[in-house]
Amino acid sequence: MFLTFPIMVIRVNTVENVVEWRWKNMFLIGIGSFFLSFVWRYLIKKRDEGTKKSEFGETEKTPLIQRILKERKIFIPTLIIVSVFALVFPFVFSLYQTNIMITGLIYVMLGLGLNIVVGLAGLLDLGYVAFYAVGAYSYALLNYHFGVGFWAVLPIGAGMGAFFGILLGFPVLRLRGDYLAIVTLGFGEIIRLILENWNAFSFGPSGIANITRPSLFGIEFSVHNATIYLYYIMISLILFTIFVVNRLQDSRIGRAWIALREDEVACQAMGIDKRATKLTAFALGATWAGMAGVIFAAKTTFINPASFTIWESIIILCIVVLGGMGSIIGVITGALVLILLPEYLRAFSEYRMLIFGGILVLMMVFRPGGIVPDVRRTYRFEGIENNHRNNRK
Amino acid sequence: MKPILKVKNLTMDFGGLRALDSLDLEVFEGEIVALIGPNGAGKTTFFNCITGIHPPTKGDMLILPPGKKQKRLNGLKPNHVTEHGLARTFQNIRLFPNMTVLENVMIGRHCRMSAGIAGAILRGSSTINEEKAVVRDSYLMLEKIGLTDFVNEFAMNLPYGAQRRLEIARAMATEPFLLLLDEPAAGMNPQETQELDDLILWLRENENISILLIEHDMKLVMSLSDRIFVVDYGKKIAQGTPEDILNNPAVIKAYLGEEMDA
Repeated sequence: MFLTFPIMVIRVNTVENVVEWRWKNMFLIGIGSFFLSFVWRYLIKKRDEGTKKSEFGETEKTPLIQRILKERKIFIPTLIIVSVFALVFPFVFSLYQTNIMITGLIYVMLGLGLNIVVGLAGLLDLGYVAFYAVGAYSYALLNYHFGVGFWAVLPIGAGMGAFFGILLGFPVLRLRGDYLAIVTLGFGEIIRLILENWNAFSFGPSGIANITRPSLFGIEFSVHNATIYLYYIMISLILFTIFVVNRLQDSRIGRAWIALREDEVACQAMGIDKRATKLTAFALGATWAGMAGVIFAAKTTFINPASFTIWESIIILCIVVLGGMGSIIGVITGALVLILLPEYLRAFSEYRMLIFGGILVLMMVFRPGGIVPDVRRTYRFEGIENNHRNNRK
Repeated sequence: MKPILKVKNLTMDFGGLRALDSLDLEVFEGEIVALIGPNGAGKTTFFNCITGIHPPTKGDMLILPPGKKQKRLNGLKPNHVTEHGLARTFQNIRLFPNMTVLENVMIGRHCRMSAGIAGAILRGSSTINEEKAVVRDSYLMLEKIGLTDFVNEFAMNLPYGAQRRLEIARAMATEPFLLLLDEPAAGMNPQETQELDDLILWLRENENISILLIEHDMKLVMSLSDRIFVVDYGKKIAQGTPEDILNNPAVIKAYLGEEMDA
């Protein structure tokens, strides 16, 4: 209350040279902070109770989302509802909504890609947007110079992303933690500055316009239909991404990534090739960013370096951290919340970023594991146990 | 008996500090050898050199795996050393805390598996079989070490003694012929130490491995080891059977200091 006093209560009217005292505002802030402190205390108390419970070994209530995932009876209907909703979305809602959703889905893809690098392999990458830019510019330039279509460039963009991922991977093989973050940050900026200043190559800050939208076997769509088409492309690519990431997670290579995140020295001592593991993480992470970049270019039909600032990297990182590192459902929820929330908060105009920031802070204080924390796979052993019991002694 | 590890003239300098000074050491097949010495004597540095974490300044390190060709360890990366059959545990436990116990052991199997990225995504029959085999082998390893109660627990939630044992299980999963244990009994109570004693002997009998261990618990060292090497300030000051070492004046001096002359 006292901190906000000079800003909220005193207003100097420079035209009439009088000081206005707005006591009503102070009253409102008082009430507001009073209630907020109650909410804060309540949440802290709840959190303490939670930790106490788990300390005493009581079974903690599994969070709603994890319960949904575990029980088939709830999981399958939920899945059906979500997929039906996803399928009919563009026909129920307006073009504007569909466009927002496509953007949201692009970020889902970026989040899932960065999740491999940050969430699984534990390599803090602050220059992830560079690969996004690489993908977008691959499509824009190939389309501009040679008229190559969307479907041909999609794998090329992915490949370019992977190539740049390895390019970044080599110099940072020995780095970790803060140092790695700074180098990747620099890398992201280098790519952006090159795109901004190398006019002959990338047309500089003015960007590239009139990129063709994706077509279906040579059939061109109107703007409206093309958007819907792009929406479905996006949905299927997301499904593909989930499929791949899910399989990688529980594979030999996925476990190696997690081990690398947990302890680099022990991981090497257990026979894991650190170099190869890091490089595959960078390359595979960047692949999705490259693909997302191609889609972004196809969606907006115009790109310039301003779309690929460090702010984008940070948003994508927020998606991964807020959603839950290493958890696929978490990252999807995180992306949709972080991208759609500011859109739907537009009603609150200038307060929307304030609300947005507030939600971020609250989330990190009360759910540091993210919205849907990662759950490790569990295995059952009924068969083996019976055969080999009492092997020892 | 033939030697399986030969270290000759090993020297390791950290800047101006000589951590290891022309150390010679041999381990024979089926032996349990202990490496003892006061704190800071260079025991862990010795392990780090053999396992490729530090490249030594001078000297030769050779392994002669039973039934295989001899191999020089100098210049090998840690993961290759492990692939050649040397596995280690760490003085300060280095498990993967946010992975389950089973997954920790499965990581140990990593270098004996072959599935690549394409295999993981397509999940063909060979990958599926490999995964199944890994889960089964890892579980059997946990059964041998006696950790089956914790299979799906996070490694960080394990009691201390179990964490130590899990490190051994993880190292054993890499199929070593020589197991390097860095203070396996540190921080254990007498009962846990006794269990560890049994476990190490059991491993030697049933898994066909030799063991080189660093340990401060003299009771454990004396009861387990066939031979003991004593190092102080990076130099070997004594070697021999436990009885020899107990009566060696140089060892007593290193541990207890010299007698004051009045």
